[in-house]
Amino acid sequence: MTTDIAAILAIDGIATGAVYVLVAIGTVLIFTVTRVIFIPFGDIAAFTALTLAALDAKQLPGTVGLVVVLAGLACLMEAVSLVRAGEQRRLPQAIFFYLALPLIVVGIVWLTMRFDPPMPVRLVLALLLILPISPLLDRIVFRPIADGSVLLLLTVSVALHFALVGLGLLFFGPEGVRTEPLTSLATEIAGIHVSGQTMLILTAAVVFSGLLFAFFDFTLIGKALRATAVNRTGARLMGIRPARAGTIAYLLGSLLAGVSGILIAPVNTIFYDSGFLIGLKAFVGAIVGGMTSYPGAALGALGVGVLESFASFESSTLKDVIVFSLLIPILLWRSLASQHSEEEVEE
Amino acid sequence: MTALQIRLIVVAAIVCLVAAPFVLNPFSITLLNYIGIYSLAAIGLALLTGVGGIVSFGQAAFVGIAAYATAWVSALNGYSPWLGLALALVTTCAVAAILGFVTLRLGGHFLSLSTVAWGLAIAFLFGNIEGLGRYNGLSGIPPISIGPIALVESWQIYFLIWAIVVAVLLLCYNLLDSRIGRAMRALRGGNTLVESLGISAFQIKLVTFVLAAFLAALSGWLYAHLSRFISPGPFDAGMGIEYLMMAMVGGAGSVLGGVVGAAIVTLLKNAVQDYLPLIAKGASGQLEIVAFSAMFILFLQRARQGIVPFLADLLPEPKLSVPQPAPPLPRREQPAPGTLLVKAKGVERRFGGLVAVNNVSFEVRSGEIVGLIGPNGAGKTTMFNLLTGALRVDRGEIAFAGRSITHDQQCHIARAGIARTFQHVKLRPRMTLLDNVLLGTYARTRTGLIAGALHLNQAEEASARYEALQQLERVGLGDKPFELAGNLPLGNQRVLEIARALAADPALLVLDEPAAGLRRQEKLKLAELLRSLRADRLTILLVEHDMEFVMSLVDRIVVLDFGSKLCEGEPAAVRGDARVQEAYLGGVA
Repeated sequence: MTTDIAAILAIDGIATGAVYVLVAIGTVLIFTVTRVIFIPFGDIAAFTALTLAALDAKQLPGTVGLVVVLAGLACLMEAVSLVRAGEQRRLPQAIFFYLALPLIVVGIVWLTMRFDPPMPVRLVLALLLILPISPLLDRIVFRPIADGSVLLLLTVSVALHFALVGLGLLFFGPEGVRTEPLTSLATEIAGIHVSGQTMLILTAAVVFSGLLFAFFDFTLIGKALRATAVNRTGARLMGIRPARAGTIAYLLGSLLAGVSGILIAPVNTIFYDSGFLIGLKAFVGAIVGGMTSYPGAALGALGVGVLESFASFESSTLKDVIVFSLLIPILLWRSLASQHSEEEVEE
Repeated sequence: MTALQIRLIVVAAIVCLVAAPFVLNPFSITLLNYIGIYSLAAIGLALLTGVGGIVSFGQAAFVGIAAYATAWVSALNGYSPWLGLALALVTTCAVAAILGFVTLRLGGHFLSLSTVAWGLAIAFLFGNIEGLGRYNGLSGIPPISIGPIALVESWQIYFLIWAIVVAVLLLCYNLLDSRIGRAMRALRGGNTLVESLGISAFQIKLVTFVLAAFLAALSGWLYAHLSRFISPGPFDAGMGIEYLMMAMVGGAGSVLGGVVGAAIVTLLKNAVQDYLPLIAKGASGQLEIVAFSAMFILFLQRARQGIVPFLADLLPEPKLSVPQPAPPLPRREQPAPGTLLVKAKGVERRFGGLVAVNNVSFEVRSGEIVGLIGPNGAGKTTMFNLLTGALRVDRGEIAFAGRSITHDQQCHIARAGIARTFQHVKLRPRMTLLDNVLLGTYARTRTGLIAGALHLNQAEEASARYEALQQLERVGLGDKPFELAGNLPLGNQRVLEIARALAADPALLVLDEPAAGLRRQEKLKLAELLRSLRADRLTILLVEHDMEFVMSLVDRIVVLDFGSKLCEGEPAAVRGDARVQEAYLGGVA
């Protein structure tokens, strides 16, 4: 391997890694606030890419159907639990948030599509459509067991991923998509060709990480989220609702996952089931940060990207085996580094 | 239900199984074959996840290793499937032992995540190795032959599969009711509990893990020779979660649950495949996995207990026989009264910036009852955890019976003769009082995994059971040995912990707030019990807040305050010490 090839592989790896960074940060965010290891984040990224591709092709994206189904289900569950608790007066609010709001988003997309919107508008539409999915899934799947053990939540999360893959095939079909590049610019750094897309990916990773950092440090909601992450009961005593903090975390995470989906779509062909590998690799990165540290997760995700790039050069078929085998030493290191107290027990 | 009734039910079930192929159509027999094969993997997972509390997403990968191993032997190299069985078992168990050795020290969800990682990595390997047919798979796998008979027809292999399933079920039930099985059932109580009984938690986890892989290997071997063709698909992450679903739906803590879960999941899958196309034409393949995952999620939200435990609660209580007198277990040689038993010198432990125990030295002599007292947060429980090895000592030395135990593992310290109880009770609430106390005898007995599964060492088991009953009687809980520990009031749970500690035949008994939650009469009885133990030459070190209880009972008192030793001496002297009064009452008025 010459230095030139190594440099190209490194740049390629950093670009891929930057995409994982966004998903990894979202994973850490959700885990710290809700204790859910949200494996389906990769699916959210893949669905964003598929949504954008459908919008590019002037078709109604399958996401519309998915959002409508989930909104109906979430609204029904919320209504039933409210009626059971004898809190009928909160019904209109529940219907607005869980049914009307997602449907308004769907309506906006449906109307705007008629006017053949330009690329930037399509990007916004794709993100808008993706945003409701995770909070709705949170309501349907995780809210009823929010106090369960991390292991229970993890098991549910893995099952949810498989449900989403099936739904993805149903709503998006088996065809892979590759969207048009967001920019055709290119530049040379120290004699190495760097595409505009790569620059864009890196910029987006930096900008969105920065925005998240600012959100946590300078806004009250951000601080409430951090408080929930440290201690749910304590946060509740301070008047913060963990459920609402969870919803905000899922929205933010979805935004990050959506952006990463948009960024990766012009580089890789995305299928309905591509999300699993994106999610898991981001997740390897998140574990490097011990599932709690954002900078650690970002560094880990970059590392995974670079490793994958070099591994695929050595042996393209075994690159995934290499990446996942790497997780075991990382887990060991994390387990030794963190002083965990007695494990939780569930009878 | 009596033992005879249970036996009759088992015999009836076996008769039904034998008769099934003569009554059912070939399709149903094939279905039963797959149920049996999946049952084996699910039983393994029921042991690992339900009993041992280790959630594994990687069971399908073990099934796959075995299937590929036997396919490689029989289809590619033309040897007998029986040689394939040998290689399948050896390879799978070896891989499991290596993976387990590396990962089983991980805590909680980290461990489960590692199973996702290696499960995926192994599944990817199957699809990418040239010699194993990549994603096209391997075909031409021969059927299993018994003597001259090749098991080609589905009813022929049916008998082999279900004979193995029934044998595995019986052996697993035996195992869980033996010494190693009880240790497995204790794993969910956490490492601190398990190790305090002289059990190496890591060793038991490893045994459980390899056992689960062994059962997965049996399943994979049968699978390869039943379907005669294998590809990576049935061993991927999706199948990993399906096995988990089988084990959990059936009732993860129950071995029979593995079979019931496998049957329900397989039949449901079949039904979904039959009826979904009627509802949604053309999209059934996609909806199948959605329907399945949705059902699993719903199950985890609403009925986590599983089917078999639910049904077992409806059945009449099984009538268990009270342990009969048996030869006693060997007892420890107690040190002569007055010899130095515990010597702590300059012991220090920090948690970050907080010095929980600071330069504490004290001694305990054989045959004494020593009280460790101090206000809340004085470091008493930390001191106990350091002494029993539950926490590492940062600085200083602790010696027990003349030997340094400063850097010993917790289970080795327990085996050296220190038994303890916990401030926050650590019992196995779903195990009976008798089984909880039997855990205490672990270090005094030696029945291994295979002997336990085959019920070979019944003499030792009888002695252990009788010993456990005697300790229960000694602490006053002997009247209902088959009550579940979780049903006892908190005070009695503490007393049960003492019985468990006594069953270990310790030289030193370390009691953390034994009288908390007891009523006055019960406290008097407890004091009487502790005095009788002292008369039996047992040494006792205890933490307690009830001063009346402590002062009337102990020979000497060590007072801790803010992690440091304040003073030490006879109860009356300590009571009169100005520093102690100041620590408790906040300054002499």
